[in-house]
Amino acid sequence: MARKLGEAKAPPLAVVGSQTDLDEDLFGRVFDPWVVRRFMAFLAPYRRKIAIAIGAVLVFTATQLTIPLIMRSAIDDAIVSEDAGRELLHMAALLFAGVITVNFVANLVQESTVGRVAQNLLFDLRRAMFSHLQHVSLSFMDKTEVGRLMSRLQGDVYALQEFLESSIFAIGDLVLLVGIIIVLLSLDLRLGALTLSVVPAIIVVRIVWLPFARKAFLHARETSSATNAALAEGVHGVRAIQEMRREAVNYDLFDEKADANLKAHLTASKFTNMMIPTVDTLTGLAMAIVVVVGGEMVLDRNLDIGVMVAFLFYVQRFFDPIRSLTIQYSIMQRAMASGHRIFEVMDVEIDVANKPGAVELGTIDGSVEFRDVTFGYVPDQPVLRNISFRVEPGETVALVGPTGSGKTSTTSLVRRFYDVWDGAVIVGGHDVRDVTQDSLGHQIAMVLQEPFLFTGTIFENIRYAKEEASRETVIAAATAVGAHDFIMRLPQGYETVLEQGAANLSLGQRQLISFARALVADARILVLDEATANVDSYTELQIQKALALLLKGRTAVVIAHRLATIRGADRIIVLQDGHIVETGSHDELMAAEGLYSRLYRMNYASFDDIPAELIDKLSKSERDT
Amino acid sequence: MTTASDNARRPRIDSEADPSHRVEVQNLDTRVLVRITKMAFGYRWRMGLGIIATIGAAVFQLFVPQFLGRAVDQAHGLLSAASDAAGRAGAEEALFATALLLVGASIMRGLCTMMQNYQGEAVGQILGYDLRMAYYRKLQTLSFAWHDRVHTGDLMTRGILDIEGVRLWTDTGILRMVLLTILIGGGAVILVQIDWLLGLLALSFVPVVGVSASIARLKLRDSWLRLQDELTTLTKIMEENLNGIRVVRAFAAHAFEMKRYDRSSDRALAISHQRITLFVRNTTTMTYVYFMAMGLVLWIGGEKALDGEITIGQLTEFLAFMTILQMPVRQIGWMINSIARASTCGGRLFNVLDLVPSVADKPGAKDLVLTEGVLRFENVDFSYPAWTQDERTLSGIDLEARPGRTVGIVGPPGSGKTTIAQLMGRFYDVTGGRITIDGQDIRDITLSSLREAVGIVAQEPHLFTASVDHNVAYGDPWAGRSSIERSAAAAQLHNYIRSLPTGYGTMVGERGVSLSGGQRQRLSIARALLLENPFLVFDDSTAAVDAATEQRIRMALREMVKTRAVIIIAHRLSSLMHADEIVFLEAGRIVERGSHDELMALGGRYRKLFDLQSQPGDDSPLRAARREQE
Repeated sequence: MARKLGEAKAPPLAVVGSQTDLDEDLFGRVFDPWVVRRFMAFLAPYRRKIAIAIGAVLVFTATQLTIPLIMRSAIDDAIVSEDAGRELLHMAALLFAGVITVNFVANLVQESTVGRVAQNLLFDLRRAMFSHLQHVSLSFMDKTEVGRLMSRLQGDVYALQEFLESSIFAIGDLVLLVGIIIVLLSLDLRLGALTLSVVPAIIVVRIVWLPFARKAFLHARETSSATNAALAEGVHGVRAIQEMRREAVNYDLFDEKADANLKAHLTASKFTNMMIPTVDTLTGLAMAIVVVVGGEMVLDRNLDIGVMVAFLFYVQRFFDPIRSLTIQYSIMQRAMASGHRIFEVMDVEIDVANKPGAVELGTIDGSVEFRDVTFGYVPDQPVLRNISFRVEPGETVALVGPTGSGKTSTTSLVRRFYDVWDGAVIVGGHDVRDVTQDSLGHQIAMVLQEPFLFTGTIFENIRYAKEEASRETVIAAATAVGAHDFIMRLPQGYETVLEQGAANLSLGQRQLISFARALVADARILVLDEATANVDSYTELQIQKALALLLKGRTAVVIAHRLATIRGADRIIVLQDGHIVETGSHDELMAAEGLYSRLYRMNYASFDDIPAELIDKLSKSERDT
Repeated sequence: MTTASDNARRPRIDSEADPSHRVEVQNLDTRVLVRITKMAFGYRWRMGLGIIATIGAAVFQLFVPQFLGRAVDQAHGLLSAASDAAGRAGAEEALFATALLLVGASIMRGLCTMMQNYQGEAVGQILGYDLRMAYYRKLQTLSFAWHDRVHTGDLMTRGILDIEGVRLWTDTGILRMVLLTILIGGGAVILVQIDWLLGLLALSFVPVVGVSASIARLKLRDSWLRLQDELTTLTKIMEENLNGIRVVRAFAAHAFEMKRYDRSSDRALAISHQRITLFVRNTTTMTYVYFMAMGLVLWIGGEKALDGEITIGQLTEFLAFMTILQMPVRQIGWMINSIARASTCGGRLFNVLDLVPSVADKPGAKDLVLTEGVLRFENVDFSYPAWTQDERTLSGIDLEARPGRTVGIVGPPGSGKTTIAQLMGRFYDVTGGRITIDGQDIRDITLSSLREAVGIVAQEPHLFTASVDHNVAYGDPWAGRSSIERSAAAAQLHNYIRSLPTGYGTMVGERGVSLSGGQRQRLSIARALLLENPFLVFDDSTAAVDAATEQRIRMALREMVKTRAVIIIAHRLSSLMHADEIVFLEAGRIVERGSHDELMALGGRYRKLFDLQSQPGDDSPLRAARREQE
């Protein structure tokens, strides 16, 4: 087993897997009242079922306890005291049959109820979290990695499922333990006490063992997640890896992680299995006590032989509950940490929500107005300051300005992705905060810079905003934006399934589909973030044509990068550092000889290309003159 | 269409394999299990030790009921004889001896079980490690053609959950099966010898459990398979929704998204419930049958004890033996579940591991020998494998790249420009004609020597979550600081990096600072420049870089380009106007070729494109288009 990194020295500038710290605790406190309280709320719908399950667990445990007692009575009352033997034996056998039937039913009920409830809970938690994420503020989504959310949606929910399952069974274990102790002591106090004297030993051993074992388990989990992160990198970056021929180096680096993972797991396994001989030895000791002490008592006629047999049976079952109860400890810790992460997500505030009494936005004229708007993402760092402008129905306004000037923030506010700090955004005469979000969404169609498409057919994607749209509408929209031809060239036409972010289409094609999608939405207002210089001239021309069609008869706020688009707009608003510095048509602005005209004359393909220092210089000279 | 059995015999080429693999999985059930088991037994030393320990554990465990029975007999049977002191002392001594034997057997059983479990888990972990490494390596060697159509989420599921599923089976399943077999077999021999009728009664549950287990196994397997599929779908839905959350919000589509989610989630939950029902029904019935056998032993055994045919001790031995089996019988249910899971997971895993990369070194491939440094496309045809919806093909392409010369490739989208770049690095194989470097067909030389010679600056650069210097040095992690900075400077990125608070140590990638499209492309250029490949292909890699910066990059590369063959693919003509030769690609064919001046003079498609791209005065396409409509 050569698991060492090869002879080659590890390259100095190479790593695999994420290098940022895993800031997520794998284990939490054993009992976190906040988590438990929140968890309880999710259990509420299953109160009845959980009660049934616990009842079944108790009945099951009781039957488990009874079985050795029946054997005892069969031996002592029937076999040894031969008189009424056969009759009693038959009764015992009948009793046994009854008890195991009850045991079977209870077992069936407990296992299936617990399993189903826990499974339901898992799905409920996941759905609640996912559904909440549909409404939380975009500023939260902006700064949270999708991967991290996915691990909560997929990993953490399982920890809580496990917790629920094991907790219910733990009740049974606890009862079994107490039950055995009571039965042993009541069968014979002296022998019972002597036999139970091994219990403290096992508890002491467990307590000493636990902190070490926990450390080993924790380490094993950490190495697992590091290995998986490295695997993820290999999956996502496979093209770059092959192009840069990093396969061999990465393989060795991955090997280091996988090897550490293997070693950690082997250590953890040693800790787990270390307990087995201890428990078995103590079981042997307990049995020996029963045999020697109990045997002597039988000889002295102080004890029935059947009681001795029953003792021997109980002793063998003794350590199972103790074992599962200690496992329960780590399950609880894990569940608390996971629960914390889950409820943390569910507690992320929905800062953009429907006001009580929000009205449905009906047919509107399509005007958009910003009244003295101030807004930002980080407190005390506004990105828009006292912005005021009005877009008349049917007008196309281009937002222009260097990176970071506040263009995207402005368009996001129109659709109320965020709420303003001060001032108001008015759409069709209504403050966006006074209308329902959905009705606002139906009035505004958005085209984002990255034309994100979903897994599904092209047809489904085009009518994404309007599920009820007919085939004719979809085809008409695609034809209008010039996407119909290339769609028909695909083997399955509109039924072609787009996979993995539509990698099988070119960027320009994806953009045209996203235009068609916006066209089908048929909204009064169009908010468009034009793609930067990533499209070739042919598609560009097609896109410009499509754009003209899309803008027709609609109010439009466009973040424009192309000079062509900018010049085609009715009005241009030039933004800088969150202020409006100029506004007017292309010709007016050129005549004004301000920032716009200077930028324009620099002949860059897009305003975004202009280096920041150049703009600084320009605007400084602007101020000076 | 080929059938599943054909596929099993033929090597499965990655570019042809069906990515869902479902049909093949269904047919491989037992074969998969046998294969996993064989792999586990490959660790001979550990498995040997594990089996010896298992046998030991079983044997010592079988002793316990005998000792218990003996103790009961000693205590009970000697009652009559124990009235005198000597008999009493003898009885006590016998009891004490039995107690010692019990302790001894228990200790030995504990040690053996520990060894059995540890070796089982160790083999499972090592096997998991081996599979993980093999899987990682395979993923890195499979061709782009395959990666093009598998979902990354699916690959992660296989690499994490499926390996886990296989591991668990080797870990606990195999040795537990051995243990159970010995316990039942050994117990049968011992018990039948004592009393054949009672022995048979005690074991009467075995065949019932066996039959019900094997029926449940198939059903469970099927439900695992369906569950795995549905959960993959659910993962895709969630991942996509979160990635596209802005679109979802923009169109107020959350209700639609929730409906989509619920449809898949409900299906997964229903399968889950089915699986629980199946599983629970199976395990509880097994336990019930087992208890029934126990009841029969108690009843018939009690009769026999009454008749004096057996002693109470022997009856105790029977019952104690059955108690020992209680845990293993419950575990059969788990084992069945883990077998079902292992064969599902193993099938999914092997489907990837068994793939043969369509692009790989030929047997006896030699390293590339560079002499003149001339790369030629000789009448190259190419089309993507039949499964793709990709119609991009190339036909009859002739090209030549040599040191000191720059070739420009331009053409409308879908004309095959990127495909040409990828063929040069042999990320796909040509379907007709050949590509040579100094006369050597690139399919005859080793992939690593080819890719060492051909550097490609990709269209959409992938940044790794690591510091800037790591990213620049990605192709040569041994690179020195000065060469890293030199490359970054040539790519016009050095000043920007220096302006960052932590300079070259700044983290980029998913959790690092976000770079603009142009900066990412420049980083990817720096990455390629560092390698100093004799052939350098820029695949539209300056599209997001502004014209002025691009100009500066070109100036910085002037010296470098003199000794290298450069191929520039672009749709912005200013990026390749200066090339020594420009080819115009349309629908996979070269329709025009020549220098910029020649092509301008020709007045063809190139000229038209040039006119389109140069500032058209006040007549922007948008205005023109709007006018057209009005």
